[in-house]
Amino acid sequence: MNKSKGRVVSVNESLVGVEITEGAVINGEVAYIIIEDGKKLKAEVIDVKTGNMVYLQVFEDTGWMKFGDTVEFSGLPLAVKLGPGILGSVTDGLQNPLYELAKKEWFLERGLEVAPLDTTTEWHFTPSVKEGDIVTGGSVLGSVPEKLFEHKIFVPFSMQGNYTVESIVEAGDYTIEKDIVTVKDAEGNSKKLQMAFDWPVKTPMPFNKRSVPVNPLPTGIRILDALFPIAYGGTACCPGPFGAGKTVLQHSLAKHSKADIVIMAACGERAGEAVEIFKDFPELIDPKTGKSLMDRTYIVGNTSSMPVAAREASVYMATTVGEYYRKQGLDVLMLADSTSRWAQALRETSGRKEEIPGPEAFPMYISTLISAFYDRAGVDVLENGETGSLSIMGTVSPAGGNFDEPVTQATLLSTGAFWGLSRALSDARKYPAIDRIDSNSKYPSLLKLEEVSFLMELLREGKTIASNILLMGEKGITDEAYISYQKAELVDAVFLQQNSFNDVDGVTDPKRLRIMFDVVKEIIDAPVTLKGKEEIRSHFNFMRQAYIDWNMIRIDDELFQKQKLQILNLVKTMGAC
Amino acid sequence: MLKKTYENIDSIGRAILSIKAKGVHNKELAEVIYPDGKKAFAQVIAIEGDKVTLQLFGGGFGVSTNCKVRFLGKPVQVGFSDDMLGRVYSGNGLPIDGGPELQSDMIRVAGPSINPVKRMIPKNMIRTGVPMIDVFNTLVQSQKIPIFAKAGEPYNRLLANIATQTDADVIIIGGVGLKFDEYHFFKERIEEAGSKSKTIMFVHTHRDSIVEGLMVPDLALAVGERFALQGKNVFVLLSDMTQWSDYLRQVANAQDQIPANQGYPGDLYSQLASRYEKAADIDGAGSLTILGVTTMDDVTHPVPDNTGYITEGQFYMKDGYLELFGSLSRLKQQVNDNTRPDHRSIMNAMARLFSDAEERVKAQKFGSVKDDYSLRLLEYRKVFQKELMDPFRFLELEDALDLCWDILAKHFKKEEVGLSSKLVETYWPENGKFKILKK
Repeated sequence: MNKSKGRVVSVNESLVGVEITEGAVINGEVAYIIIEDGKKLKAEVIDVKTGNMVYLQVFEDTGWMKFGDTVEFSGLPLAVKLGPGILGSVTDGLQNPLYELAKKEWFLERGLEVAPLDTTTEWHFTPSVKEGDIVTGGSVLGSVPEKLFEHKIFVPFSMQGNYTVESIVEAGDYTIEKDIVTVKDAEGNSKKLQMAFDWPVKTPMPFNKRSVPVNPLPTGIRILDALFPIAYGGTACCPGPFGAGKTVLQHSLAKHSKADIVIMAACGERAGEAVEIFKDFPELIDPKTGKSLMDRTYIVGNTSSMPVAAREASVYMATTVGEYYRKQGLDVLMLADSTSRWAQALRETSGRKEEIPGPEAFPMYISTLISAFYDRAGVDVLENGETGSLSIMGTVSPAGGNFDEPVTQATLLSTGAFWGLSRALSDARKYPAIDRIDSNSKYPSLLKLEEVSFLMELLREGKTIASNILLMGEKGITDEAYISYQKAELVDAVFLQQNSFNDVDGVTDPKRLRIMFDVVKEIIDAPVTLKGKEEIRSHFNFMRQAYIDWNMIRIDDELFQKQKLQILNLVKTMGAC
Repeated sequence: MLKKTYENIDSIGRAILSIKAKGVHNKELAEVIYPDGKKAFAQVIAIEGDKVTLQLFGGGFGVSTNCKVRFLGKPVQVGFSDDMLGRVYSGNGLPIDGGPELQSDMIRVAGPSINPVKRMIPKNMIRTGVPMIDVFNTLVQSQKIPIFAKAGEPYNRLLANIATQTDADVIIIGGVGLKFDEYHFFKERIEEAGSKSKTIMFVHTHRDSIVEGLMVPDLALAVGERFALQGKNVFVLLSDMTQWSDYLRQVANAQDQIPANQGYPGDLYSQLASRYEKAADIDGAGSLTILGVTTMDDVTHPVPDNTGYITEGQFYMKDGYLELFGSLSRLKQQVNDNTRPDHRSIMNAMARLFSDAEERVKAQKFGSVKDDYSLRLLEYRKVFQKELMDPFRFLELEDALDLCWDILAKHFKKEEVGLSSKLVETYWPENGKFKILKK
């Protein structure tokens, strides 16, 4: 193919103006700028102006670029390579594997590009089609074992129409670059296929048959699973001021959620925190599989000091990989931290392009982009009847924790569950600091609907009484109200709060959640005949103590039942007098 | 290579200059040569056809259309050598202590940051002797963390204390927009502590050009990073990054950039991030820790707001005290389970009770707090503030933890503190015998 060429005319940070000298240019295609020392800097066409001028957003530092530098256009949009080998890897926002890069340079030097998937590993391929079979985009050609899963090898999804299999290799070990299948289209043109193929990151992968997310995805976090659940294939957003606990929450979701695959997109985040995941996850054992957590994880580590344009790409890259594993019939959870950094990258580029800014200088189209992004989550019923799902949880970091800003607002409109983090709760060290009253979810909970309403009612009543106590003092309210208040406080302290550093209390599976809730329900339903604020408070303090001790006992430990009985005995004594 | 000199200056602004020139590189260093032969540095920041925009290190005032510009064919660099220890330099890298100029090993300024996978999980606690830090928000080697404070707070004193009370191998002070007396204070404090021989200062004061101020963090971090790569544990102090951001805003404005929030450039986040991300614990080498100051009135202001999302926490300073709420060390959990088994739990219990006490303070204004428990909470709050929140009181971590138990035991019953029975049994002061608190 004849590639188009151009030359650099202007440089303004990451935005580079290029005059086309040869051929045509496609909006969105990838281009390379060749600077003096021969380094090729990757860029993307983001604007085509009248005449023969285009603007590129460069994914790397533009230092040492000069007027007249040669530009080569690739003719292809920014794409991600999909195939075996993604799981367990850590890449930047352009799918360069960071560990491979580190072998070449300690620093993130420019112009380095490494094959996104290892080309030397041999995968054991077992074909599932034979010569003469008719296939089309998305048909399964065979499979290879990848970590914990059978990784299906597809006919690239972009291939439309019917193809006849001309030849296919026998079962055996092959690299992702090896031609494994030759197919022929209706006109008789042959095409060779490999185990991996490219997909443009900004184009959503089509669903086979989209269905509505209705099954709760257990996260191990009680307040979420009980009150504000996310469903398989659903979306959730978690806005909060810095320091309110987004990162800890996200790490916990990555470790404990009952998803097959977890994708973490560190989008413009602190390297110091991202490194915790890189180094921690391989060491952590997934209780479900007994293998390293990394075996079911893919990390996009596009940290804050990496170039801004790559930050924008990173979120899309992670999503595309998620869609790919959904096509494998797996349940994928993608965590994007933070979508605000991504939106800021868009704002930065938009400003350089001198677009007229919208509210808070974000581009006018920000809400459209945000809703289109979350719409890539969902449940897909595959041709063979299996389902796969992609759930997306994005954190939002609104300036000063003000939820009125455009990114938070657009995100709220696009997501099914809202976990609002509260500064007051995190100050009081109530983890997770998810606002008990203002958060919501439209997905079904692990508890029954009436049980959720029961808890929410208790919490609302507790909040009302708390504000009365603030105004009138404990002496200003009745014993009866004070008991309701103590019950709400107790439920918050022992059921909604979790000690994320305790092995047992840090994660609660659905079975334990049910037992815990039943005990909580007994406490709340029990009649209380205690008199006087002092006596009531003291009693609830003892109960809280017993419950906290219980939360740290394993369910298979013999002490578990004993401690449970102790709590229930305490409940009885409340009404004993 | 022959360096070409250009004479046709197009325009001169407060901090920038534009000129027609050919073959010029983005970010190239240039010299502005005055008619009398005097020279000043500048750096290319944008190219449009044959029009080149330069940032003037010495500012635009006094630059004449008769000046010539010579492009030097190299990026901005700074000298590096062990001889820099004990010395003071300006924002353009020249000595201002009367000592000799450096000609040694030139290193790149504002280079790329280290590959995240070459970082190690930070794991070494930095003991500062400040209870609000050591107990409640432990500082960790390689952390990047600012002090958020109003302009009048004694933040520079705290900064200097932390740096000199710890055992860093090298201390680098980057002063941006320092008042002369602040500069003087840093010098004195370092000398008093006997740290001069391991300290390097890059100082920009209000009389110097803003572009020199903009350069200070890059110089300090480039030199610091080099020491870290040699295996040293380096502490970089930056004061004040709000001034620095304001200079950035001025330069962006002079370039007619479309402003984002409150006139700051759209890339404020990226600009701050590429500096702060230099903090690292490097696999196979040393570490670089950044402690900065971000002056602010309001945390929603773009500078503290963006800073908070980049740095690994923040220390809030108010009325001369380190605040319990708002202050946060994101890396504390990496280290505070290796200190003492009660560290994490007691820190949370103390904070939870303090938060309850704050509620009572509000309620007190309505005259509604009369019950015994509330009164005890209020008394607890007072003692906590007095004993633990003074940033200039020195206390070893273990003593500070004991003091926490003492304070709890003085005000509460065991079952009121919400700690696991096991911890309470181990650490509760027996029969009112306090370890450290005077009764």
